[in-house]
Amino acid sequence: MSATDTNQRAPKTNTSARTAWRHRLAERGMDRQLLLLIPGLACVLALFVYPFAYGIGLSFQPAQGGVFGAYREFFTDAYQRDTIATTLGLALPAAILNVAASVPIAYRMRGRFRGKRLLTTILVVPITLGTVLTAEGLLNYLGPAGWFNRALMATGLTGEPVRLTNNYWGVFFSLVITGFPFAFLLILSYLSGIDPTLERAAATLGAGRGQRFRRITLPLLAPGLATTFCLTFVLAFSVFPSAVLVGDPAGTTRVVSIAAYHAAYEAYDYPLGSAIAVVMGVVELVVVAVVLGLRSLLYTGATGGKG
Amino acid sequence: MRPRTVGAWLVWGAVTFFLVHLAGVIGSVLVNSFGRRWFDTWLPQGWTTQWYASAWTEFGLLDVLVVTLEVALLVVAISVLVGVPASYVLARRSFPGRRLVYLLFLLPILMPPITYGIPLATVLYKYGFAGHLAGVVLANLVPSIPFVILTMTPFIEQIDQSVERAARMCGARTWQIFVRILAPLLVPGILAASILVLVRTVGMFELTFLTAGPDSQTLVVALYYSMSAAGIRAQQSVDAMAVLYTSSMLVLLVIALRFVNPTQLVARVKEEPD
Repeated sequence: MSATDTNQRAPKTNTSARTAWRHRLAERGMDRQLLLLIPGLACVLALFVYPFAYGIGLSFQPAQGGVFGAYREFFTDAYQRDTIATTLGLALPAAILNVAASVPIAYRMRGRFRGKRLLTTILVVPITLGTVLTAEGLLNYLGPAGWFNRALMATGLTGEPVRLTNNYWGVFFSLVITGFPFAFLLILSYLSGIDPTLERAAATLGAGRGQRFRRITLPLLAPGLATTFCLTFVLAFSVFPSAVLVGDPAGTTRVVSIAAYHAAYEAYDYPLGSAIAVVMGVVELVVVAVVLGLRSLLYTGATGGKG
Repeated sequence: MRPRTVGAWLVWGAVTFFLVHLAGVIGSVLVNSFGRRWFDTWLPQGWTTQWYASAWTEFGLLDVLVVTLEVALLVVAISVLVGVPASYVLARRSFPGRRLVYLLFLLPILMPPITYGIPLATVLYKYGFAGHLAGVVLANLVPSIPFVILTMTPFIEQIDQSVERAARMCGARTWQIFVRILAPLLVPGILAASILVLVRTVGMFELTFLTAGPDSQTLVVALYYSMSAAGIRAQQSVDAMAVLYTSSMLVLLVIALRFVNPTQLVARVKEEPD
């Protein structure tokens, strides 16, 4: 009798234990709705995390030179090593200029005025140009027989064409053309997210224009500035097509991505290519970490926007 | 209207300076693509549309455009299907490990495409995907899914949670809530995200370049190859191709801007009442 009793009760306790377990998970925020995350997570894991791990693994298995052979090859060869300095020399000034120029312009435009939508649309255009068309345009426009040099010579500013393509400046301009509108739009949206009543309150307390900007707007904008700088920097750091097309890809604008591409797809040295890609990622993350670290020294409260 | 200060003049001057040179850059490509011969003069010596015809036949643009469209639409469809549910969970729920998951979705956007593109292409070649349409689509999904998630978050946050609760009270299941409640309310957001992903995919150079084979090149990659092989083909027909590319991107962009205010992607804008 008692044996059948336990037999009957056994499955019941089992289900109630399972429901209790599920309840306890649900209390901590885990339930079946989280399954909706799975496709997204699977894609990111399979297409981003796994290849990255595979690349890191590959970078430690060069044909010769032991575990760190590929890295040693990269850092001992000045031609390869200097690509990092070249890339930073292009990307940092370009990103700083883009962000620094965007702040006053966006500050001036944050209110409403006629034609704002048109102006923002015009400023979005360069984002869609893409690096390839920008490169083609720069070659035509800034080239020795282009409009820019013709205008300079017609006004008598220079006697002979200024060389602005196939060197550092060509790549720099292409980074500004694609990066500035992007930085501007982001900063404009962060600025518009700051509650305008704060500034008006400061004005009632007698703060002048400069003071209001320095003491109210700038601290509230700091997180947005940091994010914008990081995104613009990432954009500039991965410069590849313009460095090849308007730059001097064998010399002054031989950036890290060109070195990585050459190693992987022209020399078929996948370990070296992966090692360079890893170095590139590390350098980029270091810069981003430094910027975000600097930002955390400043105000870190709510800003109205999504900082 | 306040009197203009020196600062205002400087700011507007800088904007004008930028726009003038931008117009020069775009205009010179446009003019060159219609020009007959253009060497040492302000404008070409004659006008013609022959470069468009020759670009169309020489580069096999029809095939390239079809491939571009296929890649872009597949990427949009998959990334929306995968990204919107994930975005919903991330916007609405808090659970252990949420920050980690969020970081994981953010990383592909924070990394330059070349950095993960090279190992990704190596893996895709290993499994035989690269060199075909599938490889290009898979590679382009990497930044697109996180992009959909980020773009959708503010749209999902704007929906009143009590609507969902009411539906649940009436006995709707999660998938029913998704199909009957959320999807109709999210249409503007989904459209915005799709168009932005479309623009990004059509413009994405690095990932497509690393994974495309000869018959799976998109327009940008074909453009890059035709430019780096300059000298073989007339520069004007390369320019004609670039103009075609830009105008199609512009059309997409103008459509996108009808649905989404670019400044509202990161913060909900509080417009100052006049």
